[in-house]
Amino acid sequence: MATAATTAGSAPAVALEGVGRAYGERVALREISFTLPAGATVAVFGANGAGKTTLLRILAGLLRPHAGRATVLGAELPREAYRSRGRTGLLAHEPLLYRDLTVRENLRFHARLHGVGGGRVEALCEQVGLAGRADDPVRTLSRGMTQRAAICRAVLHAPELLLLDEPFANLDPGGAAAVAPLIGRGSGPARVLISHDAEQGLAEADWVLGLRGGRQALWAAAADVALPDVRGLYV
Amino acid sequence: MRETVAALIRKDLQLERRSFESVPAMLMFSISTFVLFHFGLDRGSLAGDLAAGVLWVTLLLAAVLGMNRLFVAEREQGGFDGFLMAPVDRTALFVAKAAVLFGFLVAVELVAVPAFVVLLLEPGIGQALPELLAVLVLADAGIAVVGTLIGALGVQTRARDLIIPVIALPLLVPVVIAAAEATAPLLAAGGAGDFPVRWLGVLALYDAVFGLLAYAVFDFLLEE
Repeated sequence: MATAATTAGSAPAVALEGVGRAYGERVALREISFTLPAGATVAVFGANGAGKTTLLRILAGLLRPHAGRATVLGAELPREAYRSRGRTGLLAHEPLLYRDLTVRENLRFHARLHGVGGGRVEALCEQVGLAGRADDPVRTLSRGMTQRAAICRAVLHAPELLLLDEPFANLDPGGAAAVAPLIGRGSGPARVLISHDAEQGLAEADWVLGLRGGRQALWAAAADVALPDVRGLYV
Repeated sequence: MRETVAALIRKDLQLERRSFESVPAMLMFSISTFVLFHFGLDRGSLAGDLAAGVLWVTLLLAAVLGMNRLFVAEREQGGFDGFLMAPVDRTALFVAKAAVLFGFLVAVELVAVPAFVVLLLEPGIGQALPELLAVLVLADAGIAVVGTLIGALGVQTRARDLIIPVIALPLLVPVVIAAAEATAPLLAAGGAGDFPVRWLGVLALYDAVFGLLAYAVFDFLLEE
């Protein structure tokens, strides 16, 4: 099993041993094994269909692994998934926001589910530059603004593990700068970061996981990975 | 759990207020169907068994429209994922959705039942309002419980518009029978007859059995 050095005294954020997952006959993930220390970031690279989103959904507790053992924040999935609920934040391709509700209504709804006060919603809207659009329905927002709102939703409850699928997609430089303290390097939580931007992904990561056809093709410290290694995953 | 249920209900009511997807469709369907019966049966008015049957079949079919839409936002806009990742009792979603569907049914009936009286009922009958209210409440509760359960099941499939009525309607036959039997004497020509309380008991029993069943299995329906 590929293992990163775990910070002494703290449980790993993610520990996978031979994790696999299939959709009917099609195997989406096979024999994925790695350990991500608390507070560290792994960048996940791989071509379309390599299994990145499946991996993210397994870690989020939204998909059951069909093989192997998956532990997230000390909770074994799916048996102990209840222990990791509310401690992970997911930023997926879809914003997971109701299009007919306003940004504020969406965030307040999720805040109530997570037992978070309304003050946090206002502070986040202010921080990402959404305060002026907080009362607009999500369906009227641009992709960039929707992404900012989705990021607010993902970090609303101060998760210990962030699962990020191309988090900087659709963001202009100002937007990226505004959300960096929430989801960027040094934001605090451990991060599993899917990216197609090799340069940015490597810059954000401590570890690199490469997937090819659902298999683990690369696991290494980011410092030991060169850009051509990452680009090779897409060939 | 109360806070979670309240948050979910509030969110669903906000969505309905913005989109007007469920209640207006259910209402229009009900009134259109009453109009169709008015002309299709070629009678000036109805009473007794026939009136009760027309009322309950129409309300049940209108309810199916609401069931079809009940979980669509959760499915299509990621509501399920957001909810499933939250540290809350998953049964709260069942309770909230059943309460919302019950509320939608009540809202529809506030207009549809008077429309039924005006369009189809013989003049001078339909005075037994308290008894009719009791039947409506118990039948609506059964429809809401089963509709929520089947709505959650059906929305996971690609053919939800087909699956939901195909499964829900047979399960709701006892509700239609009990509700129609309880309502028929209230709509009898020549004044309300004796109110068959035992049919209310059947409805209450149905509500309790399916309420417990849905409470027990709903969590599993949310699993992938």
